[in-house]
Amino acid sequence: MAELSQPRDTGRLIGRVIVYGLLVLVCVYYLMPLFVMVTTSLKSLDEIRAGNLLSLPQDPNLDAWGKAWSSACTGIQCEGLAGFFWNSVSFVVPAVLISTLIGAVNGYVLTMWRFRGSDLLFGMLMIGCFIPFQVVLLPMARTLGAMGIANSTTGLVFVHVVYGLAFTTLFFRNYYVTIPDELVKAAKIDGAGFWLIFRRIILPLSAPIIVVSIIWQFTQVWNDFLFGVVFSSGDRQPITVALNNLVNTSTGVKEYNVDMAAAIIAALPTLFVYVVAGKYFVRGLTAGAVKG
Amino acid sequence: MDLTAQRVTLAGDAGAGAEAKPRLADRIDAWLPKIVLAPTFVCALVFIYGYILWTAVLSVTPSRMLPKYEFAGIVQYEALFGNERWWLALKNLALFGGTFVLVCLAVGLLLAILLDQKIRGEGFIRSIYLYPMALSFIVTGTAWKWILNPELGIERLLHDWGFENARFDWLIDPEMAIYTVVVAAVWQSSGFVMALFLAGLRGIDDSIIKAAQVDGASMPTIYRRIIIPSLRPVFFSSFMILTHIAVKSFDLVMALTNGGPGFASDVPATFMYAFAFTRNQIGLGAASAMMMLMIVVAVIVPFMYSELRRPRNG
Repeated sequence: MAELSQPRDTGRLIGRVIVYGLLVLVCVYYLMPLFVMVTTSLKSLDEIRAGNLLSLPQDPNLDAWGKAWSSACTGIQCEGLAGFFWNSVSFVVPAVLISTLIGAVNGYVLTMWRFRGSDLLFGMLMIGCFIPFQVVLLPMARTLGAMGIANSTTGLVFVHVVYGLAFTTLFFRNYYVTIPDELVKAAKIDGAGFWLIFRRIILPLSAPIIVVSIIWQFTQVWNDFLFGVVFSSGDRQPITVALNNLVNTSTGVKEYNVDMAAAIIAALPTLFVYVVAGKYFVRGLTAGAVKG
Repeated sequence: MDLTAQRVTLAGDAGAGAEAKPRLADRIDAWLPKIVLAPTFVCALVFIYGYILWTAVLSVTPSRMLPKYEFAGIVQYEALFGNERWWLALKNLALFGGTFVLVCLAVGLLLAILLDQKIRGEGFIRSIYLYPMALSFIVTGTAWKWILNPELGIERLLHDWGFENARFDWLIDPEMAIYTVVVAAVWQSSGFVMALFLAGLRGIDDSIIKAAQVDGASMPTIYRRIIIPSLRPVFFSSFMILTHIAVKSFDLVMALTNGGPGFASDVPATFMYAFAFTRNQIGLGAASAMMMLMIVVAVIVPFMYSELRRPRNG
């Protein structure tokens, strides 16, 4: 018996080693760019030229970070990313809150107050998740111009709310479908109105999906480049556009350390959200994936 | 008061006017859900469907710097398909989209299967595979642009490791530039596909696998014959999402290669942006946007149709 199980155990052990080995190898692959970004941002230019991608900084310093934040050139102006960072904050926060709020109410109507045609409306809205946004850029640019909110925070908030609604509505609808009907029916029979039921029954149950929606929208809107580059210019641009300008500004020496520091600065808010609320982030991704 | 409200709701539900004259407030109550949904409905109607129509109209006008609403037939489409840069963009989309989707599906499935072997620290490993998904494509592009730097990037690393003659200059090689986009895009998106497949694997009924084991089937056979076929819906949704990412890919190309060298890594999204917004060729830009929409429809609709027609296996 012992002879029989011996080779099988060794075989299993080898299998386990291979599985773990592969998994760790892939981890290294995924982490490598982050490692390179961080170490490059801490090196001086001379050190970058002398060493290679994986060499550790000999004399780590934050000079490149300071420059990326406050004095690197993003086109003609050389004031770093600071202003653009706050630009992004100023339109991301309202866009995320408004689209989540409207999405919640929409989801509530589409599940608890369904009427004839409401499923059709939902289907119509879902197509909004599918279209390539290039197909709405030109008309939207004209519209924002006509409304006088081109190149403004209001304009970007408006665009991100409009095209984020499909996703937030989808999240809330799919979540509210799982709430038993009886709860709301009983409240209706007791005479509770539309808003009362929403405030007293539905909202208190919604905490997880609100987090999912906020995180999803925050990541989407913060990371957006297309709307930012088309609908804003100059010092009103979001940080993703500024980062791209910074990297592609070709005046003088190419400062790879500053580029990397700038990239990390642009990535920090969403990375932070991922680290503290990764579970909800993944849930949003998969929820969006089921239908979208 | 309670009673009236209830009766009005009931009457509304049945569609019959039990109450002769409901009070105005009650009537508003009955309409409230529709009123609340109306703004979103109008938004979708105008900003999605209306704008698609508007872009379609622009694409059959001679508009250049400013929209000019006179019918010009299909001149813009003729110009588009007479444009070598557009054909190159389409070819690149096919190359990039094809490899990106296939590699992501393969890597995602493999990682999911590996992670499904009762791995210690699974949650931690999973979060490492997924973090790129939280980054902007611009950040990803910036990072990979540096890593693939023809002089100081991977090539230098290979030299330092003793491969003196190694060359790795895909970024400036017109033939290979589009594949740098594949490398970066796979890095960013494969973890996500892994998460989808892992969720699918966890949803498979254990008893089927146990039964197959009792029948003497080996693990590879079980994966090939039972587990992977039952992941069909996950393949379906992953394929849709990845195709979608591929057609929309704009940011990554802008940050990584900016369509270069020359136009060598142009894709339809960068083509559309260049013509509509920097070269003042609104009509041509609109025509290319319509073609992008058609590509999405052409890929997704038949796929959806065949998938939805299949009877659900229980």
